[in-house]
Amino acid sequence: MKVSLIIGILIILILSVVAIFAPLICPYEPSAIDQDSLLMSPSSKHLMGTDTLGRDLLTRILYGGRISLSIGIIAVGIATVIGIILGSIAGFYGRWIDSLIMRFVDLMLCFPTFFLILAVVAILGPSIFNIMVIIGLTSWMGTARLIRAEILSLKEREFILAARAYGASPLRIILRHLIPNSIGPVLVSAILGIAHAVLIESGLSFLGLGVQPPIPSWGNILIEAKSTLGIAWWLALYPGLFILITILGFNLAGEGLRQKYE
Amino acid sequence: MNNLLEIKNLEIEFRGPKKRIPAVEGISLAVRKNEIVGIVGESGSGKTVTTLAITRILPSTAQVTRGEIFFEGNDLLKMPEEELRHIRGTKIVYIFQEATMYLNPLLTVGAQVAETILLHFRCSQKEAKHKAQELLRKVCLPRPEEIMLDYPHQLSGGMNQRIMIAHVLCSTPQLLIADEPTANLDLDTEEEILNLIFNLQKELGFSCIFISHNLGLIKRLCQRVYVMYRGKIVEEGALSEIFAQPIHPHTQALVNAHLRLTE
Amino acid sequence: MLNYIIRRLIGIIPLLFGITIISFAIIHLAPGEPTTQQEFMTPRISSDTRARLARLYDLDKPLHIQYWHWLKRFICLDFGRSLADGRRVIDKILERIPVTLTINILALVLILSVSIPIGVISASKSGSLFDKTSTILVFIGFALPSFWIALLLMQLFSVKLGWLPISGIKSLDFEYLSWSGKLLDLIHHLILPVFVSSIGGLAGFSRYIRQNMLEVLSQPYITAAKAKGLSRHQVLYRHAFPNALLPLVTILGLSVPGLLGGSVIFESIFALPGIGELFYRAVMMRDYNLIMAEVVLGAILTMLGNLTADIAYAYVDPRIRYGDGSR
Repeated sequence: MKVSLIIGILIILILSVVAIFAPLICPYEPSAIDQDSLLMSPSSKHLMGTDTLGRDLLTRILYGGRISLSIGIIAVGIATVIGIILGSIAGFYGRWIDSLIMRFVDLMLCFPTFFLILAVVAILGPSIFNIMVIIGLTSWMGTARLIRAEILSLKEREFILAARAYGASPLRIILRHLIPNSIGPVLVSAILGIAHAVLIESGLSFLGLGVQPPIPSWGNILIEAKSTLGIAWWLALYPGLFILITILGFNLAGEGLRQKYE
Repeated sequence: MNNLLEIKNLEIEFRGPKKRIPAVEGISLAVRKNEIVGIVGESGSGKTVTTLAITRILPSTAQVTRGEIFFEGNDLLKMPEEELRHIRGTKIVYIFQEATMYLNPLLTVGAQVAETILLHFRCSQKEAKHKAQELLRKVCLPRPEEIMLDYPHQLSGGMNQRIMIAHVLCSTPQLLIADEPTANLDLDTEEEILNLIFNLQKELGFSCIFISHNLGLIKRLCQRVYVMYRGKIVEEGALSEIFAQPIHPHTQALVNAHLRLTE
Repeated sequence: MLNYIIRRLIGIIPLLFGITIISFAIIHLAPGEPTTQQEFMTPRISSDTRARLARLYDLDKPLHIQYWHWLKRFICLDFGRSLADGRRVIDKILERIPVTLTINILALVLILSVSIPIGVISASKSGSLFDKTSTILVFIGFALPSFWIALLLMQLFSVKLGWLPISGIKSLDFEYLSWSGKLLDLIHHLILPVFVSSIGGLAGFSRYIRQNMLEVLSQPYITAAKAKGLSRHQVLYRHAFPNALLPLVTILGLSVPGLLGGSVIFESIFALPGIGELFYRAVMMRDYNLIMAEVVLGAILTMLGNLTADIAYAYVDPRIRYGDGSR
């Protein structure tokens, strides 16, 4: 399983570097329309071919990666922060605050996430910002439960009791002792969460309810692939391959890390 | 040969993903017909693995790397699986500590005893059930016809241990391996279970390996004892000798602990 | 057991209440009133519709009154009319249920009949070539975006090879087909959707069953079963298998929201007239009443799924069925 961790981290690193330096790597502009090279199959000039407007597919995929990855990371960031805050409040204070928060978690878990996200997108309209926030707001429940459970078990351990005996304030105890101790499992769930968020974002964009063209994202490039089925296989193959590899990378890293912590 | 069971130079190791950890390092022991032999040692000293190795039911992470285990003159480690399977549960039988964990939670205890009967004897379901009920009576369980239909979690630890003993009585065992059968039971129940095992041994005349970390129990039941410490047998002999003159420091500690308790 | 069921049933009341409140809050999430929002999104909306909407949402009344009225209608399953064609929302949803239900049930059958053997065999031959291969396939299955696989399979089987129809639930000449022809036509149309919607579940369940099975195999009662003289096969299938499969009941209940969400994606790719595709259209057209109805019903369905699973679990597991009262 150590192998999977290394492969996962490598995939994440390569994807991030490529995404960050996309403007330096790509010889084309992501939205540069070229009337002379519409729907060209992969060649030395266009490694992954071009789309219906003659835009270079590789360029669009790399730029799309910037969008997809940042949405994934920021959405998970939002979810993790909410999860940590609510989870530690519930775990530390217990009693009615705990049951209130946990009932709210149960309630949120009742909603099919994708339904909820689509409903909110329908109301607020699809934009990169909205999507990040909505995915974040609908995926914090796991982290909250995890943090709460972790804190409940840590709370009984001696060093926490000792800290209390010294008269340290509850907040101080949470910040200084509890959170550093539960960071491992949270990191694992965050990494796996990014994979999930990327999948949701690409699904949304594929349905036309995520990132809006002309801004490229892996999901919305595939919309075009649907209308060119049988004509341009590369349009369908490559963007999906990138989604697959990304999710694979995060899942491998997450699972590898989980095994390390267990 | 007078020995029912003879273990020679047994080595067992645990195999992790990378590391191999020795669990038992070259132990030899013998059990004569009709005797109760004790194995005493702290937890993790390799007592349980040794006994599981006898019928090759070690967990997949543990493996015998060397040695021979003779039972009635045959090496069990070389015996074909199919042949050995007919020795398990008939000639060599086990009772474990915390019987509740060793019973399938999804089956009634009656069904589990009946399963063992059906496994080793040709008889109908109905006959097996009937015999199971008799066995429950034999191990002194009250209202066996009701208890037959109970699940392990509904019974107390002591009752479940009696169920395990009923399993043992499905056949006429030659060797009973009792692995801390009274751990976690209260004193009265412990007494009852020990008496039951002791009486059955007298009645049926099987040999017994009695494992415990409590030298007091061993002293009451056994004629001879092996002291295990970190995967090795560090001392062996008649109980009177061991108590009179413990040689190995670990044995001395065990004896002292026992004497302190009984004072 | 009866006590347990009653306790669970009482427990869903606050959840139901919460579901309606959150859904109600989402309607009012829009900046401004829902009516103006809709007007903004679909300018074609007539002033007549707007007046009707205003009445529907009691926009002139305070919030808690609005909620109360909305709740009353909701309890009578009155979700208003679709803004797209003026039909009753509940009718539109009901007529779509059979397609979604069929596909999901077929997918579940496929998932269980493939993943259970894979999981059990991987666990019982842990570390073998089969185990390693299936672990890798499971990882890939997890990472496959279903819509992408759908595209690739359509490209191959529908466009290139022409073996399977590209989309829809029935052919144009469906009405003229014989009884068996109709069935065959439906099957033809369902192969790709059912397969695509199963992939994630296949990976998830295989892995879950493998892990359960591995854990059960390390339990003391398995050692005891071996010590009794049971064969490897009997130990695996009579003792380990039922114990490993038991928690699956809960997982089946938990998979309801995933299935519903997934149906939005693959029903719209394959143009299948199910509730997922209905929801997708509703979102595209900002058909509020329909969206809200589906969100609320989806949540209630999820809750009922969990509830059924918990009760079913309690029924199959004697430890819960008979409580843990020791004698």
